[in-house]
Amino acid sequence: MSEPPASAPVAPVPSTPAPRRMPAPLARAINVSLVPLISIALALVVGAVIILLSSLAVEPPGIDWGLPLTAYAALLQGSLGSEKAIVTTLVEASPLIFTGLAVGVGFKAGLFNIGANGQLLWGGFAAAMVGAAVADQPAILAIPLAVGAGMLAGAAWGFIPGALKAYTGAHEVVTTIMLNAIAVITISGLVNDIFKAPGYTFARTADVGNAALPNVFVPGLNLGVLFAFAALPIIYWLVWRSTIGFEIRTVGANPSAAAYAGMSPRRIIVITMALCGLLAGMAGVLEILGVVGSYPAIFGTNLGFDGITVALLGRAHPVGILFASLLLGGMRAGAPLMQIQADIPVEIIDVIQAVILFFLAADRMVRHVFRVRAVGAAPEELQTITRSYGGKAAV
Amino acid sequence: MEVIGDFVNGIPILGYLIETIPAIAPIILRLATPIALGAMAGVMCERSGVVNIGIEGMMLTGAFAGFMAALVVSEAFPEEPTWILGMSPALLIGVVAAVLAGVLLSVVHAWLSISMRADQIISGTIINLAALGITGYLNRLIKPLGSAGTFETWKPPEALVDLPLVGWIFDMFLAQGPLVMAAVVIVVILQIMLFRSRWGLRTRAVGENPKAADTVGINVIVVRYRNVIIGGVFAGLAGAYLTLEATGSFQNGMTAGRGFIALAAVIFGRWTPVGAFIGALLFASSDAIGVAVRLNPPPGELGNALASVQASFPSLYNNFFAALPYVVTIIILAGVVGRSVAPAADGQPYEKESAT
Repeated sequence: MSEPPASAPVAPVPSTPAPRRMPAPLARAINVSLVPLISIALALVVGAVIILLSSLAVEPPGIDWGLPLTAYAALLQGSLGSEKAIVTTLVEASPLIFTGLAVGVGFKAGLFNIGANGQLLWGGFAAAMVGAAVADQPAILAIPLAVGAGMLAGAAWGFIPGALKAYTGAHEVVTTIMLNAIAVITISGLVNDIFKAPGYTFARTADVGNAALPNVFVPGLNLGVLFAFAALPIIYWLVWRSTIGFEIRTVGANPSAAAYAGMSPRRIIVITMALCGLLAGMAGVLEILGVVGSYPAIFGTNLGFDGITVALLGRAHPVGILFASLLLGGMRAGAPLMQIQADIPVEIIDVIQAVILFFLAADRMVRHVFRVRAVGAAPEELQTITRSYGGKAAV
Repeated sequence: MEVIGDFVNGIPILGYLIETIPAIAPIILRLATPIALGAMAGVMCERSGVVNIGIEGMMLTGAFAGFMAALVVSEAFPEEPTWILGMSPALLIGVVAAVLAGVLLSVVHAWLSISMRADQIISGTIINLAALGITGYLNRLIKPLGSAGTFETWKPPEALVDLPLVGWIFDMFLAQGPLVMAAVVIVVILQIMLFRSRWGLRTRAVGENPKAADTVGINVIVVRYRNVIIGGVFAGLAGAYLTLEATGSFQNGMTAGRGFIALAAVIFGRWTPVGAFIGALLFASSDAIGVAVRLNPPPGELGNALASVQASFPSLYNNFFAALPYVVTIIILAGVVGRSVAPAADGQPYEKESAT
């Protein structure tokens, strides 16, 4: 079957009758998810090759042909093999849902939020501070206060690059990276000098006490998982069904048209970045109130950057972000078992993630090689980010 | 209250800076070198119309590859000769490996952003994440021990350094290792080439108006590929500086945002090599002030005030100086970016009309 030229006029062509028809939204969903699925498969193959080569470096040296299988089996077992494994996968996936949304919502407005990591840190820190202050209050009061503080702090840290972009044109990619570094440095200073709880070898804040998110249904599955799953439909409604969401998407597609239609792209940029920050802040809230229980002076996390993978893999759509988070969360949950059973460092997950991203970006090649036709504007929607780079005014 | 008055007058600070900057000038240039080399990579790419956010990752991979190659060679041949400035075969091979690593990643970026027409910022981000992941993975897997050493700094003749007024400038540029000196030479050569050579004219034409350049017979795709790859050479050199001249060891994520500060330096320098170099010096100065205050605390009440802050908030005090370069980057970016005009086709993929 020959492909029609992309620029052909959209006229009804009565020639080839389709033998079987799927409902249009389903067909589109399958088409949109084909390239991500192919990318994941290819990345797993590349990952297997890297694991094979790695067997040269571990004891005893020599190619161990079974190693990739051992490693992937352990990965699967550690992520889905038991109830505990599935709970771990869900707990790992929940902050990824939030950081994925924090990046994905930005994409919709033509913004690239690389600053989710810094926003996450402030969110977690604020939640830990307020949580420690209200630790003795009843949970029904303590949790909303601590969660709200985390959301506000994240939103504030997202507001800064938004305002800088809207009113000075400083591109968010550079400013958010700088703000990430500033967040790490500032918060560790604050914890060490001011908010350090007495009696611990490593500096950390006081326990959050009653503000800790309680378990629901089964042990280990904290309330944060429900927050994350609730956020998906809320964000879907906000971005695709509400007025402000329409403005966000219009500004992302064409800022000048949006301005012509009476919207204020500047206002939308600031609001969107603050919203992204709020979502990333929630990821920090989940980590601190749900998992760690206090804020350590050195809180190493890459969840904000993983959010970039989630958003790109999920095509910046809540449904896609859900599946992408579960995939990455599963890999994170299974990686420790893989390190134990196959002696492969957990960092292999980062490599596989990078390869997935590579094939996603090489969309054209993947489509060509696997004969997937482009439907809709999914990849092109992402092409608007570089447009605003380098000195050109934001609006 | 007097302390605050002194701050407002700024006189002690100014006097202190005038006194201190010559003393720490060589440190400033050293801190500026990786940023400047990264900025040269940025200028190369963006002048031809390709935004390169991936400089950070290219630097990091260069740093790792250079370090590993030098380590392997120095372990295989323990009794190797050392020439001037601490140059040994191992270190030189390390530099070559770093450059090759930078080039490899720049080919990936060129292919994704020029041939695949992926969004260039996303392509660059992928380079960064891939670099962080792969170097982190290999570093954990191999667990390298030991070091191949570092290049040494040259000692300029004292007669030159002791000259009044200008002596410290000689000290700044000559009391350096080979990669710092190379970076300064590269900046000067690039500035001349970009504005005085045929290659420079073609590069600028492709960056400003690729369609017009194509019309007069310039191959836009080839020019862009070539420039991005040369940019990779500079980014690799920046990485080599970090592991083979500055520290002699590798840590995960050791570039610490320098690739992004370099991009801000490019914008600050209005996409010219010398301008970007000055930007890099500015950012490095804000970094070096922390060093200066620790080495040689300012006298008088300002010094006392700083000392009391340090006593009460030791961690915040140190972290304030650590955060300064990042804050300065944001402020300068916000202040300069509106007045600084990027190459017109910066960030836009080029497609011949006949190709569609």
